[in-house]
Amino acid sequence: MKTLKPLNGNQTIAEAARQIDPDVVAAYPITPSTAIVETIAQFKADGLIKGEFVCPESEHSAMSVCIGAAAAGGRVMTATSAQGLALMWEMLYIAAGLRLPIVAAIVNRALSAPINIHGDHSDTMGARDSGWIQIYSENCQEAYDNFIQAFRIAEHPDVRTPVLVGLDGFVISHSTEIIQVEDDEEVQRFVGEYLPVYPLLDTSRRFTVGSIDFTDYYFEHKRSQIEGIENSPRVIEQVGQEFGQKFGRYYSFFEPYRLDDAELAIVVMSSAAGTCKDAIDELREEGLKIGLLKPRVFRPFPHEKIAEALKDKLAVAVLDRASSPGAFGAPLFTEIRSALYDYERRPKIINYIYGLGGRDIKIEHFKEVAQNLVRIATTGKIESYVGYLNLRE
Amino acid sequence: MRKETWRELTIGTINLNAGNSVDNLTGTWRSGRKPEFRPENCIHCFFCWLYCPHLAIRVEGEKVVGINYDYCTGCGLCAEECPTKEKAIVMVPEEIKLAERGK
Repeated sequence: MKTLKPLNGNQTIAEAARQIDPDVVAAYPITPSTAIVETIAQFKADGLIKGEFVCPESEHSAMSVCIGAAAAGGRVMTATSAQGLALMWEMLYIAAGLRLPIVAAIVNRALSAPINIHGDHSDTMGARDSGWIQIYSENCQEAYDNFIQAFRIAEHPDVRTPVLVGLDGFVISHSTEIIQVEDDEEVQRFVGEYLPVYPLLDTSRRFTVGSIDFTDYYFEHKRSQIEGIENSPRVIEQVGQEFGQKFGRYYSFFEPYRLDDAELAIVVMSSAAGTCKDAIDELREEGLKIGLLKPRVFRPFPHEKIAEALKDKLAVAVLDRASSPGAFGAPLFTEIRSALYDYERRPKIINYIYGLGGRDIKIEHFKEVAQNLVRIATTGKIESYVGYLNLRE
Repeated sequence: MRKETWRELTIGTINLNAGNSVDNLTGTWRSGRKPEFRPENCIHCFFCWLYCPHLAIRVEGEKVVGINYDYCTGCGLCAEECPTKEKAIVMVPEEIKLAERGK
């Protein structure tokens, strides 16, 4: 039976994991995702899940266990944050290269140094070229919904690519919301039975996984890997629609908010998008035609769809909760600016880096961005392409 | 041998032709020296067979009978590990004949 439950972000992921009950959960606890791992361990101790729970000596080992278990033919998940994801880095590429449909909940947290435990996107942005599909969540409900959909996307025969679901550290992971928890059996039916393609435990067939490729095959295998993530958009769309039909909450690549008739737009992912919606409402009341585009899927990057949604705006501000030192702007900005390149008529576009190390972003900060957009739209001049929001100058 | 295009490859680096490392003649890596087997000194302890990284020690029945130069990389581990006073495997210079290499 579907129920409304007060759960924080970590608990929603653990609850989804209990319902899906993967064959193997291998994870090493790290703030702020610890409670996911802890709660799943408790479920195992209480006999509520059948899957194996493995707590190895590090995140590198946790991802290695996931890879081994997935290659053996299991449905596999993990959870981590920040340094934990960074320590998995080497293995992330292997999971993607071997086309193992592992699902990871990443509670987004700043990377050291300086050491910090609060939310930003520097961890998953650092993993953006690892070959994993990346889906970001605005709130606890989206984290729950995205996590369930992630298994369907990862395991689709045309995709077979690992998926990470991001949720902001503390702001989501430790904030309690009333969320709609779907019926266990309905969730299990939605996710379906997992059918591995070449499980190593199938001893009736003789094959090798992960053997060495030299100059003669590496390039072809990499191209073949890219095909998996390039096949994923239609699967992401289809799974998001099916999820909506079944549970009433529809998902796509991004969420537009009062964007259609907007002349100005703000692009921001994850929890800050919630604050931004309130800012948009207030600015609309003040008479400003402004809207929000909240990307949900960052990899694969839905460049055509986002460009179509933004091309007619006068000015756009892309807000990144990560920096890319030395680059021309942060990751989301460069993607979107590049996506708009082929349009003859395109908006002026600027970048703000915000919220590093969990720095607050409030309605007033979005209003500051809006004021700058108005100035740019009016004068046609950009003073600075990359700014820092709520930073002591 | 024709190599597959990327579309023809099995998903995720799966190699359905398990054991195909025999096609890779690692003996072509040998450079300047090779092991020479001296059967009169061999006590058939199998140390060379155990240490050889390329399974290039030829064995028949329970006897070491020589070196498989198709796979021997000339690393010298066998000669190093050979425990007899008068070595049963010694490294000797080898002239590189490129024309004879590979297939």
